[in-house]
Amino acid sequence: MTTTTIAGHEVEVNEEGFLTQPDQWSEDLAPELAKLIGIDPLTDKHWELIRFLRTDHAAMGETATLRRVSTQTGTAVKDLFVLFPGKPAKKMAYVSGLPKPKGCV
Amino acid sequence: MTSPIVPSFDAPESEGRKLAIICSKGNLDMAYPGLILANAALGEGIETHLFFTFWGFDIINKATMGDLKFSFVGNTAMHLPGSSMGIHHMLGALPGATAGATAFMKKQIAALDVPEVPEFLELLSGSGCHMWACRMSADMNHLTEEDLYEGVEGIISASDFIEITDGAQLLFI
Repeated sequence: MTTTTIAGHEVEVNEEGFLTQPDQWSEDLAPELAKLIGIDPLTDKHWELIRFLRTDHAAMGETATLRRVSTQTGTAVKDLFVLFPGKPAKKMAYVSGLPKPKGCV
Repeated sequence: MTSPIVPSFDAPESEGRKLAIICSKGNLDMAYPGLILANAALGEGIETHLFFTFWGFDIINKATMGDLKFSFVGNTAMHLPGSSMGIHHMLGALPGATAGATAFMKKQIAALDVPEVPEFLELLSGSGCHMWACRMSADMNHLTEEDLYEGVEGIISASDFIEITDGAQLLFI
């Protein structure tokens, strides 16, 4: 396991750079992670999604897919692509300190 | 101080990647692979084009898209889901077999929280998928854009599609 330091926080990451320990994440780390992947600043809408992902992961034991985020939060898929451009599902998971989603859809 | 390890979401080597999928079949089990792969590609930020042709037209025809069927006639590898117990494919020709097999497959798909075809098209559309209808198929079926799912950008010829997908990786389903 590799560790890396992000804004003074030492966290464990996998070979891609995703955090591997969800409990090493905290709300003050999210803006730092977001900045590293070019999302700055985090808006209320970003936060709503991040908090959903955290709660859902805690309840379900896995990261929500893009479709699940969309249907459960009532956010249009199109808007998810605006908030987290390019690869929304992976970027949301990264900023939320979670593994990338495993589901196909 | 060393820089942190960060996923390379916007790596330049994947920039400009383009995927084209030709959907030529209208059976339920042949519609999903194209839709799922398109969704996966879009989620990776890849420009994705779908071309619906021949029976694949049923996927975007408003009259048929919600009612695609699964038949196992001709599938000599048919077996019960989750079991190695074979089912003779000709049993699929019995009355009610297609309806039963379709209902069962739809249930399995829904259990995985994968949407039905019309909602799946909405998901793809929202993700920026380019959808094209085949001119010849439209003419053969006497269908116009009015009859097709709204997210379809146009009815185009095969050569238009080839032109649009210049440089794309291509899948024929």
